[in-house]
Amino acid sequence: MEPQVRTLVDISGSPAALKGRADLVLERARWAAEIFQRYDRDLTMAIVDAVAAAAHGNAGRYAEWAVKETGFGVVEHKRHKNEMTAFPLVDFYRDEDFVNPRIDEARKMVEIPRPAGVIMALTPSTNPIATINYKILISLMTRNAIVISPHPAARECSVDAARALAQAAVEAGAPDGVIQIIEDPTIPLVEQFMGSPKTSLILATGGTAMVRSAYSSSSPAIGVGPGNAPVFVDSSADLSKAAKRIVESKSFDNSALCTNESVLITLAETDARLRQCFKQARAHVCDDDDVARLRRYLFHDRGFNIECIGRDAVWIAQECGIRVPDGTLILLAPVGQIGVEEPLSREKLCPVLAYHTVNSRRQAIAQARAVLRLAGAGHSAAVHTGDEQVAMQFAAAVEAYRVVVNAPCTQGAAGFQTALAPTFTIGTGFFGRSSVGENIGPQHLIQWTRLAYNSDASEPFGHYHGLSSGFSGPLPEAPADGVPGSNGYRTPSPSPRPSQDTLPGVTRDELRRMIAEELRAVLGK
Amino acid sequence: MSQAKLEFLDRSRAFWNPGKTQDWQDMGVDLVIDRREGYYLYDMDGRRLIDLHLNGGTYNLGHRNAELVEALRAGAERFDMGNHHFPALARTALAEALAACAPAPEMVYTAYGSGGGEAIDIALKTARHATQKRKIVSIVKAYHGHTGLAVKTGDDRFSKLFLSEDTQGEFIQVPFNDLNAMEDALRGRDVAAVIMETIPATYGFPMPKEGYLPAVKRLCERYDALYIADEVQTGLMRCGEIWACTKYGIEPDIMVTGKGIGGGMYPIACVLITERCGGWLKEDGFGHISTGGGAELGCIVAMKVLEMVQRPEVRTMVRNISDYMRAGLDQIMAEYPDFFIGIRQHGVVMGLEFNHEQGAKPVMKHLYDNGVWAIFSTLDPRVLQFKPGLLMTQAECEEVLRRVEIGVGLARDELMGARRRHG
Repeated sequence: MEPQVRTLVDISGSPAALKGRADLVLERARWAAEIFQRYDRDLTMAIVDAVAAAAHGNAGRYAEWAVKETGFGVVEHKRHKNEMTAFPLVDFYRDEDFVNPRIDEARKMVEIPRPAGVIMALTPSTNPIATINYKILISLMTRNAIVISPHPAARECSVDAARALAQAAVEAGAPDGVIQIIEDPTIPLVEQFMGSPKTSLILATGGTAMVRSAYSSSSPAIGVGPGNAPVFVDSSADLSKAAKRIVESKSFDNSALCTNESVLITLAETDARLRQCFKQARAHVCDDDDVARLRRYLFHDRGFNIECIGRDAVWIAQECGIRVPDGTLILLAPVGQIGVEEPLSREKLCPVLAYHTVNSRRQAIAQARAVLRLAGAGHSAAVHTGDEQVAMQFAAAVEAYRVVVNAPCTQGAAGFQTALAPTFTIGTGFFGRSSVGENIGPQHLIQWTRLAYNSDASEPFGHYHGLSSGFSGPLPEAPADGVPGSNGYRTPSPSPRPSQDTLPGVTRDELRRMIAEELRAVLGK
Repeated sequence: MSQAKLEFLDRSRAFWNPGKTQDWQDMGVDLVIDRREGYYLYDMDGRRLIDLHLNGGTYNLGHRNAELVEALRAGAERFDMGNHHFPALARTALAEALAACAPAPEMVYTAYGSGGGEAIDIALKTARHATQKRKIVSIVKAYHGHTGLAVKTGDDRFSKLFLSEDTQGEFIQVPFNDLNAMEDALRGRDVAAVIMETIPATYGFPMPKEGYLPAVKRLCERYDALYIADEVQTGLMRCGEIWACTKYGIEPDIMVTGKGIGGGMYPIACVLITERCGGWLKEDGFGHISTGGGAELGCIVAMKVLEMVQRPEVRTMVRNISDYMRAGLDQIMAEYPDFFIGIRQHGVVMGLEFNHEQGAKPVMKHLYDNGVWAIFSTLDPRVLQFKPGLLMTQAECEEVLRRVEIGVGLARDELMGARRRHG
């Protein structure tokens, strides 16, 4: 008979067990982070590149898996996102140095990058793999360890994907435990992780409740709120291009990205022509009955219907009993009001675009502000216009920290068809009750120790160029005495370590070489 | 020292153990442990010590580890010690958990003692029954406990005192790492078993030479003796695998685990026995009776210990702690090359060797004064036992190294005079 390991007394749900498990994972991460700080930039980037290559190689497989597991989105688009968060993300930051000290002769300052330590990363169900790729890579660029808490709806593909990247990292020389994932992310367990003093920074992407919970945890947090992007199509815009871009954006991964346009606002004078352009771009323009059906379906009595997230337009139309041509990419839902009276002016995360007509540009701005007042403050907005004065007034008025101009908002706000930083975590800043208003990148995962000299001209600045930064690389493996293949018993060096004082003019590399030779002589090797 | 502590020490001398109480005072260690938590001990006067003694791995997972406290608490809702005569849920469950991680696939049975000494006695009795021979070979300066048979395997300091040393020529001791002596002892084919701590702890962790342990195992096979692995101090992940003997390629016939298996919360010790050696369990299952052995509450705690030490995170932690401590100790050794002359290490089992026949005692004292509790090796006081826990944090390790550097320097100055500054 084979022995079975059984649990007679199950304490797995007790606070002690939850805290014990969280502490262990986080402490392993802290060790990894501590060792990672010994790495120089070359080794760090070699690890980053190896992990990016693994992420790229797995892009298609996990795109399929994510769609199958969550039901959200489009495989081909997810593959694209997964690829974008591999090599292009790394290349975007390739020339930035988050490892070596910066020397500022003019200000007589030296700035030493200090990694946060352990990043606790919450990842969503809508973009599970792309967010994992992105958070892992920006953590590695900055020599942080990361613990991922995946959304339960995307747990299986997330766990597998993170493990694959962890393996790639360790094979490339990263400290063991630098990438970990919580395999059963229950709310009480995740709360233990978030509240632990071993967590240096929470990077929270997801629903409002989760983000607020991150902020309430007492750990430093960068949490980002939900989106609900208004898009203004001005009369000066190329309407045909605008419609095509908006359809491209809304149908990209079936609007599973929080940067997708939610409410379109246009002027009465362009209404008819714009609708025509949308039809040509394979949008279905709903009639009043269709809109009523959509409203009932998307916002039923219990609130927002999450069944619709990331579903395609034809599927949603069928669910609602709306007849649409095959190949319809988005559903355009004309609404007469914006605000609490009209649920369709809220975030929808599916290829349904509320469509609202106003009489003036001034009114357009007022309505766009109203959209963001309802939900999505600090997130994204878009404007299609040929008039920079319109763009300027719109951007200065709306409470969003990124306003995409003449581009699809889904991709543009996330930095994939604009010069914004490519990201899967949109800082919603003060408007969105968050600490950062930019697209989150590696720069948010480090802080700098600044050596600041006396500014008096009589006090000269030091010679910091070429100074060793003390990178010593991975920890040497301790011997396991007597075990075949181990380093064996190491005898100490018979003489004290020479210092630079006793051997003037000798570089540290030379010293290291001399000590090594001395050791070899002692060991008779 | 507080008045309260002075009065307490008088009571300790009066009612508990006058000799032991006084010896510590004479060594300058006036520790009376009160509160304890994680890897910290708090003296009754409030002073904090980082515990690197851990009672030979008893507190591997820290003092009062919260998960173990919870397992014991929840276990007590349903179990007590149990009735040692009957098939018991918890005893069998732990036996299965041990069989599932045993160092040899044929190890199917577990017999229980209430502590390590009793478990060693069970192991020796099992070997005698299986081979129908009486002689037991152990290592000079071995330490396997203080019970009837176990005490005879060790240094006679602990047996002669009680007139309990071997007088029948049944307990033979050979020097560690000496294969010729081992073969001489076994050649007569009258030896039941060799009992071997994978790394002799109380002897200051002399490390087995490469190939020594497997060669001893081969000699046992050649001369029909059994190999008993005493994994009380080296097991439970301290050497990077759950049982250290597997690192040396040993599949023992009998294995003993104790101390840490009870998590410091409920004493228990276990003897793992192969099918081939377990004959007495069928012939007369009542052959060894122990009311406290394998108490079911202890089994509940032990199962949690086994589950915890086998978590993948622990494996990484042990490696990091071993590597980090070694790197730091190497630096300290380079600071005091005339005094701190060697490190014996396998995982978090370490012995620090000093260039003085009693060198570890002043180091112990100065570490104590600097907030670290590590004990010298009773049977080789040149060596300080340096045994970090499995779950130590990086910050705790850094703190230990900082204090060790200071303590070692002070001990060196005390023994060898003021230091010649270099550099």
